[in-house]
Amino acid sequence: MRLTLKIWRQENAQAKGAMVTYPIDNISPDMSFLEMMDVLNKELIEKGESPVAFDHDCREGICGMCSMFINGEAHGPDRNVTTCQLHMRKFKDGDTIHIEPFRAKAFPVIRDLVIDRSAFDRIQHAGGFISVNTSGNTQDANAIPISKHAADTAMDAAACIGCGACVATCKNSSAMLFVGAKVSQFALLPQGKVEAADRVQHMVDQMDLEGFGNCTNTGACEVECPKGISLENIARMNRELLKAKLF
Amino acid sequence: MSTLNSNVPEGPLKDKWTNHKNNIDLVNPVNKRKIDVIVVGTGLAGASASATLAELGYNVKTFCFQDSPRRAHSIAAQGGINAAKNYQGDGDSTHRLFYDTVKGGDYRSREANVYRLAEVSANIIDQCVAQGVPFARDYGGLLDNRSFGGVLVSRTFYAKGQTGQQLLLGAYSAMNRQIGRGKIKMYNRHEMMDLVKVNGKARGIIARNLVTGEIERHSAHAVVIASGGYGNVFFLSTNAMGSNVSAAWKIHRKGAYFANPCFTQIHPTCIPVSGDHQSKLTLMSESLRNDGRIWVPKKLEDAQAIREGRLKPTELAEEDRDYYLERRYPAFGNLVPRDVASRAAKERCDEGYGVNATGDAVYLDFAASIQRYGTEQAHVRGLDENDGALVKKLGKEVIKAKYGNLFQMYYKIVDQDPYETPMMIYPAVHYTMGGVWVDYNLMTTIPGCFAIGEANFSDHGANRLGASALMQGLADGYFVLPYTIGDYLSDDIRTGPISTESPEFDQAEAEVKAQIDAFVNNKGTKSVDHFHRKLGKIMWNQCGMSRNAVGLQKAIKDIQELREDFYKDVLVPGSANEFNEELAKAGRVADFLELGELFAKDALERTESCGGHFREESQTPEGEALRDDVNFAFVSAWEYTGKPSEAVLHKEELKYENIELKTRSYK
Amino acid sequence: MAQLFQTSIGRKVAMALSAIFLMVFLLQHFTINSLSVISPEAFNEVSHFMGTNPLVQFVLQPVLIFGVVFHFLMGFILDIQNRRANGQTYIKYNGAANAKWVSRHMLLSGLVILGFMALHFVDFWFPEVNIKFIQGDWSGTAEGVEGFRYYEELRHKFVNPYRVGAYSVAFVFLALHLNHGFTSAFQSVGSNWGRKKVLQTVGLIYSYVIPAGFIGIALFHHFTH
Repeated sequence: MRLTLKIWRQENAQAKGAMVTYPIDNISPDMSFLEMMDVLNKELIEKGESPVAFDHDCREGICGMCSMFINGEAHGPDRNVTTCQLHMRKFKDGDTIHIEPFRAKAFPVIRDLVIDRSAFDRIQHAGGFISVNTSGNTQDANAIPISKHAADTAMDAAACIGCGACVATCKNSSAMLFVGAKVSQFALLPQGKVEAADRVQHMVDQMDLEGFGNCTNTGACEVECPKGISLENIARMNRELLKAKLF
Repeated sequence: MSTLNSNVPEGPLKDKWTNHKNNIDLVNPVNKRKIDVIVVGTGLAGASASATLAELGYNVKTFCFQDSPRRAHSIAAQGGINAAKNYQGDGDSTHRLFYDTVKGGDYRSREANVYRLAEVSANIIDQCVAQGVPFARDYGGLLDNRSFGGVLVSRTFYAKGQTGQQLLLGAYSAMNRQIGRGKIKMYNRHEMMDLVKVNGKARGIIARNLVTGEIERHSAHAVVIASGGYGNVFFLSTNAMGSNVSAAWKIHRKGAYFANPCFTQIHPTCIPVSGDHQSKLTLMSESLRNDGRIWVPKKLEDAQAIREGRLKPTELAEEDRDYYLERRYPAFGNLVPRDVASRAAKERCDEGYGVNATGDAVYLDFAASIQRYGTEQAHVRGLDENDGALVKKLGKEVIKAKYGNLFQMYYKIVDQDPYETPMMIYPAVHYTMGGVWVDYNLMTTIPGCFAIGEANFSDHGANRLGASALMQGLADGYFVLPYTIGDYLSDDIRTGPISTESPEFDQAEAEVKAQIDAFVNNKGTKSVDHFHRKLGKIMWNQCGMSRNAVGLQKAIKDIQELREDFYKDVLVPGSANEFNEELAKAGRVADFLELGELFAKDALERTESCGGHFREESQTPEGEALRDDVNFAFVSAWEYTGKPSEAVLHKEELKYENIELKTRSYK
Repeated sequence: MAQLFQTSIGRKVAMALSAIFLMVFLLQHFTINSLSVISPEAFNEVSHFMGTNPLVQFVLQPVLIFGVVFHFLMGFILDIQNRRANGQTYIKYNGAANAKWVSRHMLLSGLVILGFMALHFVDFWFPEVNIKFIQGDWSGTAEGVEGFRYYEELRHKFVNPYRVGAYSVAFVFLALHLNHGFTSAFQSVGSNWGRKKVLQTVGLIYSYVIPAGFIGIALFHHFTH
């Protein structure tokens, strides 16, 4: 395949970035998108140019590190995949592909396609945990039965990989799917209910402080989420917050 | 050659850990506040250790090269975590888990460590449930289990196909609580560049801020290495792209012995290599072997036809299929340990029965399970069990509920629907049992420097059983290191803060800077990846699933030449003081180039076959691995003396007092 | 309570509650207007009741005004905040790939509705205020009109084809606004009903039937004049 890539290049956080065009040839449809980027970078390095910086690590869709906005969509046109799981067979020979970093005020660019998502970490520091010491002296794991439904729903929420596609794709740069997923996971489990009220308030406060936008329920996040995290988690978070503030 | 002291406590096996805990020194809570600990790596081991040490009161500084601790590669573990809970009432016990692990490791692990691991395993599950890890449950609300390779009980706890993710997020949440309290200072996007020793003790590290390129000094009273394994020495592996040996190798260069580097696990069920562009391999969880049957065609001409696309696997009649694992190992069938399954796949493919275009793939088939589950479901729901389409539909639903994410992952990569046609799989490098040598207290041969999780060598011998890596990582971090490190640190309560303004720090920083400058100014012609790929090829061809003396000697020579070439011709674009991934990679590959040689040297030295290490010179007439307990019942611990080729071997004798040394049989 | 509305979620709950209130009002308004097609007498009766009942005039009407003003002011404020959260905009953004046009353009449809309301106020509300509160005429009658004046005034307004056209266009946008707003409001207050088929169908019917009904009423009066 022969492609034209238009990639956002930005030397550092302070620099002004711009789209730069790179033609690329001999791309196999079986390559993953990032392997295509590897090929480009190899060419750039050997030409003495600076390679395109991008985040990636596990390359199997679970670490949540990769984060490209491809042709106007977070993680590209395929569904339920991260950028690293996107394959070139989703594109046609001769295509022009736009590649930008995930954008939001709370996700400043570090370099090229690499962004700083530490805002997500700080939201978790604020309350994304159950306050139990790791001494091992807890009760037996089967002491509190948890309905299969609750456990499965909690698992679905917990599947979030924290990649930030929800924020990137949201026209409001809202982080509510991410925060909603974490709040939901704990709120659904008996162990997490004990401090549910404090948790949701702290996490939402931190989320607001980080400068994420508000949710207008367009549902774009749910569509672009590589793990298919449901919008129901946002409703649950709203509910939890109302409960916490009103009762 | 000297003999190493593993500091295993005296007494009966089952009391060792309890007695040890009762007798070691503790640090009182007030004094813990005066003590700093550095943890490098935030996988299961690093994250759990950081959280627990901070809870205890130590000041913890934790480093990871990713943008968040949650991204460490433990997150990719799929299938599950073992624990001797015996919830299924199928005869499991601490002793059985201990026995299975030692046997699975082909009798090359340290008895006392493994027993302790089995002992604390049940605590892990309790702990994780308390933390909100959403393990799978049955309809009664109790925890569900599945079965993994090499065992005859169901002791594996799981959270869909994302167990590692959930456990890591659990440990990360425990860390978050401590970061929020200010007890852990987290350094994301930081890479450890070297260990700093003062008066022979580990007293800090030099780290590089990967965003700004700044070189930083960090001091502490103890340094914990939890940086994972070195599978990426093969370039292609199921490890993350960033997984590296550097932290472990740096401490090796500073005096920590490196144990059993040649013990590598080649995982049997990975998606086969599709071409030269491949950057990494993707694992399909071992849990799939619960329900998938592995086969190749019985006849060479059928295999040929399938490779050429003239024949579809689904068209091949039952009697023309060779379910070679069930044939060779009737007792364990498709659930033989990983090393056995991998070698058997290689053997079939080498004989010409491989089923993809490259000839390096076997089938993992779910048709029988879909049929079986479908019939069961039809029966339960009172539907027609003879309606083929219905049974298939119901069966697929069951399979989807169990392995949906794996099937989807396979589909996205290979572009074939595994519900309809068997998966193609082939072994790939997955885990390294070898690692930094540690004693019973998880301390390396450098006082004050500890190694936990996959980074150490201690528990898995020559082969790791499925779902045991997660167990070991969390056991080390939550339940072992927090006790044993106190014993060491109890001497440090009067030391006070360690200054970073010392000649030792100056020197370490200068060396780090010199290496970085050398890379940036080298201006060669080839990218870092070029060398890494070449190294990977050498390793896979000569040090892969089967090894021989000639190949290993060639590997040593080839790696030495490649290393020389690397320093002469590597091209690292950009500068030292910026975000520069190529520069970071160059440092990691430099270390792999040394480790690779030691790896081959270790494999050459160990002329027996055991676990994942298969020497062609040492096999039974049926082609099974032939262990040599008379000459090789020891841990090879290598001391660095300037060059890998001149590394000095130290032996730790392995004594089995509670388990009889037997030939491993899964027939 | 005050704390609640300082959070982003609190603000969106407030937005949703005002929306639900307005949707109830809309239904009521629509029901009364429908009477004008069925029975001018009934329409006049109800209109007079609504126009002169102290509870409606002095309690419900201020609440309604507050609801309307709150809804659009909050809409603007939230939109400004959301834009601020965006930072640098994308060079290429394919919004259509993952969200409906209506959900992405609530501000636009809201603005059109706001414009319509200005027209609507000039047409109906200001004259009413003038008659009742400035002139002090609470009789509901007018010179040359037999019985109550409301029906005749309504008929009169829809003579002008431009006005009918403007009303119709505005109602199309109201339909679009409701199309997303109806279910969205439920989601915002933390209910999963918005995700259920039943409520989505009700929402769909509501968002099309009511605006279409309003257009129908306007057209009816225009063409039967």
